[in-house]
Amino acid sequence: MLEVRDVRKSFGKLEVLSGIDLKVEKGDVVAILGSSGSGKTTLLRCMNFLETADNGTMVFDGETFQMEHISKKEIGRIRKKTAFVFQNFNLFANKTALQNVTEGLIVARKMPKAQAEEIGKKAIEKVGLGDRKSHYPHQLSGGQQQRVAIARALAADPEIIFFDEPTSALDPELIGEVLEVMKELAQEGMTMLVVTHEMNFARNVSTKVVFMEHGKIVEEGSSREFFQNPKEERTREFLRMADRARG
Amino acid sequence: MINERLYGILTDSFMKILLPGLTATIPLTIISFSVAMVIAVAMALIQFANVKVLKELARFYIWVIRGTPLLVQLYVIFFGLPSLGIVLDPFPSAVIVFSINEGAYGAEIIRAALESVPKGQLEAGYCAGMSYLQTMRRIILPQALRTAFPSLSNSLIAMVKDTSLAANITVTEMFMATQRIVARTYEPLALYIEVGVIYLMFSTVLTWLQRVGEKKLDFYGYNRR
Repeated sequence: MLEVRDVRKSFGKLEVLSGIDLKVEKGDVVAILGSSGSGKTTLLRCMNFLETADNGTMVFDGETFQMEHISKKEIGRIRKKTAFVFQNFNLFANKTALQNVTEGLIVARKMPKAQAEEIGKKAIEKVGLGDRKSHYPHQLSGGQQQRVAIARALAADPEIIFFDEPTSALDPELIGEVLEVMKELAQEGMTMLVVTHEMNFARNVSTKVVFMEHGKIVEEGSSREFFQNPKEERTREFLRMADRARG
Repeated sequence: MINERLYGILTDSFMKILLPGLTATIPLTIISFSVAMVIAVAMALIQFANVKVLKELARFYIWVIRGTPLLVQLYVIFFGLPSLGIVLDPFPSAVIVFSINEGAYGAEIIRAALESVPKGQLEAGYCAGMSYLQTMRRIILPQALRTAFPSLSNSLIAMVKDTSLAANITVTEMFMATQRIVARTYEPLALYIEVGVIYLMFSTVLTWLQRVGEKKLDFYGYNRR
């Protein structure tokens, strides 16, 4: 459904992505693992064109795009079918929870307000915040804000949702509620591409794992294969470190 | 100290000073500040959006205006331009100068406020399918203007007082009216204090309006916890 080939990106002299190939099938929950600075967030941002890759081909929904000189129109077309959940939530601070969810529908998709609100309410109830609809982001906890952000993503009825370290900015006791929502989405068959440090999520929820280092994919495979039978020495070392960190 | 004669002068002059306040000082302030806000938002957006060439022009404009005295700017427009065959009446000259002057300061206030809104919200707008302009208009600018409101109120209060400089280019506003009465009555101390008090009245009303405005403005839940 979504495929990228040979994605390259440098910031100045620093090469952050050195030729990434990645394929996501419908219903896949792909966890992208890797230490900080391995390029996983940049990859995600390039795939939603928040950064422009220096090179790369994208195939999405049967259309092929050249990533380094994609037009604004094409980006708009792709973004209509995707959604993005940020590490820092990035809720619109001047809008209530419900308005955050409906804003894109009303403004970008020209949906009638009543219809947008109906969809918005459903999405907010789905993430368990039905009683927080008219709260402003400032009045919500981090976990609640992230769940609103997920509702905002869901309301757009996307074919794939990108998650950029969705729990990294949260207090430990708030991580669970966000992961729970994501797990539910995964079980419903939502296609998801998740940059994360949550090994449990990668192990138990994701169907596929991609392990990155220094702008390259070191190893990828089914979640079970990756954790039970890692092929690369570097992967084994990474998993050992992650295990030790867990205590 | 205050004898009957002085008392008479003060009460007599009160309306004579207040009236040009209502017909000159206030209109001059309102018109100039409104135009200035349009200029300021435009200049701030040009810089924030990093528009080529226009951004350089905006920087140049702000540099020149902030770097030269308001009084000099008034003289250039009113006394200087006629040598180029451009003759403007005092009031429009004052409006032009105050608008352009305040526009430069306001641009910096609004630019700083725009930059204080986390950039992630712009990206979130993009990801929701919104364009740059849609996100700016509906998400970023409302938050920035909310942030800029106290500073802009400050500028408005400053402008009310600065309009007294327009007396130098023969605009019959409150200060000029006072000068004329002083020339007739030789009571500079009492009359200049009187006009000062009237300016203070104007400023007080604006300060109060600022407080009401800040309360009324949507705080996005910040004060409703």
